[in-house]
Amino acid sequence: MKRVHLPTKPEKQQPMTAEQQSDKHKTANFIRNVLIKGGLLFLILNFSLCLIPSGKNLGQISLYNLVFPGRARLPFGENPTEAYNLSFYDLEAMFASHEINRGPKPPEEFRIIMIGDSATWGTLLPPEDTLSGLINQDNLKTTDGRTVRAYNLAYPTMSLTKDLMILDIALTYDPNLILWPVSLESFPRKAQIETPLVANNPERAYPLIERFDLALDGQSESFVESTFWNRTLIGRRRAILDAIQLQMYGILWAATGVDQTYPDDFTPAQRDFEAGDDNFKNWSPPNLPLDQMAWEILDAGVALAGDIPVLVINEPILISKGKNSDVRYNFFYPRWAYDQYRLIMSEYAEDAPWAYIDLWDSVPSDAFTNSALHLTPDGSQLFYQTLKPTLEQMICP
Amino acid sequence: MSLQNILILIASALLIRIVFPGKRRQWALLVVSILAIYWLQPALPIRNMDFWLPTATVGLIFLSWGLTSLKEQLLDPVNWLGAGLSLGTLLLIGLTRFVSLEGIITPTRPPQFYLVISALLLIILSTFVLTLFSKPSPGLIWMGILVLLLVFIILKTPFLSLQGSIVLRRIMSQDPSLAKSTDLGWLGFSYVSFRLIHTLIDRMKGRLNEIGLGELLVYTIFYPTVIAGPIDRLQRFRKDLLNPEPLSPGKMLQSGERLAVGLFRKFILADALGLIAISGTNVTQVQSAGWLWLMLIAYAFQIFLDFAGYTDIAVGSGILLGFRIPENFNQPYLKPNLTLFWNNWHMTLTQWIRSYFFFPITRHLRRQGKLPAPLIILITQMSTMLIIGLWHGITLNFVFWGTWHGLGLFIHNRWSAIVGPKVSKITAGKPFMTLIFKVSGMCLTFLFVSLGWVWFALPTTGSALITFARLFGLGS
Repeated sequence: MKRVHLPTKPEKQQPMTAEQQSDKHKTANFIRNVLIKGGLLFLILNFSLCLIPSGKNLGQISLYNLVFPGRARLPFGENPTEAYNLSFYDLEAMFASHEINRGPKPPEEFRIIMIGDSATWGTLLPPEDTLSGLINQDNLKTTDGRTVRAYNLAYPTMSLTKDLMILDIALTYDPNLILWPVSLESFPRKAQIETPLVANNPERAYPLIERFDLALDGQSESFVESTFWNRTLIGRRRAILDAIQLQMYGILWAATGVDQTYPDDFTPAQRDFEAGDDNFKNWSPPNLPLDQMAWEILDAGVALAGDIPVLVINEPILISKGKNSDVRYNFFYPRWAYDQYRLIMSEYAEDAPWAYIDLWDSVPSDAFTNSALHLTPDGSQLFYQTLKPTLEQMICP
Repeated sequence: MSLQNILILIASALLIRIVFPGKRRQWALLVVSILAIYWLQPALPIRNMDFWLPTATVGLIFLSWGLTSLKEQLLDPVNWLGAGLSLGTLLLIGLTRFVSLEGIITPTRPPQFYLVISALLLIILSTFVLTLFSKPSPGLIWMGILVLLLVFIILKTPFLSLQGSIVLRRIMSQDPSLAKSTDLGWLGFSYVSFRLIHTLIDRMKGRLNEIGLGELLVYTIFYPTVIAGPIDRLQRFRKDLLNPEPLSPGKMLQSGERLAVGLFRKFILADALGLIAISGTNVTQVQSAGWLWLMLIAYAFQIFLDFAGYTDIAVGSGILLGFRIPENFNQPYLKPNLTLFWNNWHMTLTQWIRSYFFFPITRHLRRQGKLPAPLIILITQMSTMLIIGLWHGITLNFVFWGTWHGLGLFIHNRWSAIVGPKVSKITAGKPFMTLIFKVSGMCLTFLFVSLGWVWFALPTTGSALITFARLFGLGS
């Protein structure tokens, strides 16, 4: 076998010269100075950011409606890289990215704003199949010839306080009509503040709680208070990153029109239930604890709207025909609780200064997707067609 | 690699340089590099694989050293020190099984200790046998190279890596039906294997002096370059290993600048562009060709800034440690033709492939004298670019990507030979005309390279073809 020629003279390490020794000291001093000066500069930059109050005006800096079109619904996304959308809590930036922020309302527009939960936002529905999308495609006109244009300002969590907070901002966009689809799940007091959008915006929630004397705990630990530390650069790093990402995803929103993922293999809403499972939240039959339900927030919303008419809609739910469906309508609601809720809502609405329509059973059970509230495109169309006569009455009284 | 990982590695580089200024720096680098390959290895779905793959890296380095070292080298205490420190570190990592340190050094709990001991004994015995009882011969060294290439091919071929995953899942009593081709994510193997092949070939050819075991370990898994290169040469690397450049204030500034630029390129620019760059999903959703072009250009800059950012970080960390790590990029998108682009893009990889494939095969074909020069150029450039493509992954798309560039280089070569002299005549003494040709060439090269990224970025040939059609307004 042929041998390999292997050179065997390893290179030698050279000793350190006097000059190198001197350089070593200079370097040590240099490192010390860099660390001190760099540290100081960082501290100054970090803490000087505290002087800028959070959530004030910065969120308005947006490329939406300027470089790329505004979003058809408020930003929300649990899978940003595929949905080109993300969830965060800066309401100002969220509104700035929405198409409603395009400019002043045109005189020929009759503006409807829709608040509500994920069913109205349109989980698993493309924008054109949501309730607001269907209203817009219908090209409705008012008697004075104005074109009806609906804006989807719903947000996928269940809390009336969250809806109220969004309404508070939405009113600055000069609506003519407010549609407010609701469901029992949004009413429990406990759910009001825990929802992240409310918890992270105490400066918006407090004034509403005080103004309308809402029976909510303004001192709740769920509120994320603005502290000195979370106003620093370090404390705000997540919010800054989210704001930048929202702008970047604007390009893909403009390019694709996609703002959520539409998986084919979603888990369908539950239709079979355990025997004896008749609890709603932690409440057992026979009576809903009325004091634990935040009915007064509906009144607060209507009071906030002032002269602008409000239509509260009890939104469609999945009415299961599966196992033990005699006890539960669906995953959310046992029959006893939901029936009581409908009864209370209809009685409450009679005396209230707002219009109410109960469309709870307007959609068959096969027109729901991954939850007892999320509709298929056909279900959404059916919902709209059932609502349309009432809507037309309100548009053309 | 996350920002946190990189900052820790930069801090460790500074610490090593300050605490171990002399000869001990090499040994500190050895220990830290071994810790780094376990620490940076991502968790894998096959049980304990996040421990065994870095261990296999160490084992392959030991065996490569054994293949090319002489019996006398076993007597050198420096090699024993290298072996002791590296295997001792490995043993300590294995011992973390008993102190709940998973997630700090290894992503999951290390395997049972007797298995770790067995692996160490296997490494020691194999190296001992290779060094003591075999004489380094071309046949044996070629066998070592083939083993490295075989592992490389298995890892880079989706079908083979899937089969590998199935086998390993069976060995580990895990469900083989859950196997995926991505299960064998071996940290830095592409670079490790090319560094080892370089040392094996250069030792065989007599271009490389005797290598110390510790030296080879530090060179192969030098932690600033283990994940994303560059691929240094051992001859050059050992100069800095033995005689590091002094850490002067000037060097500190130079390092700081490279690190800052690298972090900015990687974590601000590249990551932001990554949000909007073309992907297998979004190319099917885009509604107009204009946006698709924008997303393609975003990808072109993302891949450059990501890779160049890592190189900056490696070079900056290297300066802190006293190494002049070679550059990988030199403004490649500003080059006026494809040949210059490839002379300035991933330079250390292209230089490696030129040295060990392009030049030898060109010399061989020319010596034979049977083929005309243009055909030799076509064969050598196509095959070189195919190898560069396959280095990234053995899939049809990388074959097309390599072919795309191979053909591009050949066309440019013929253009330079046939049209080039006429263009030189036209532009001679006319700076404005020269500038126009240069800018046009730059734009054309960028366009060609960007279109080539379609093959590179998308997962299937079908999606790449659809994307090409949509870029030019064809298809829906």
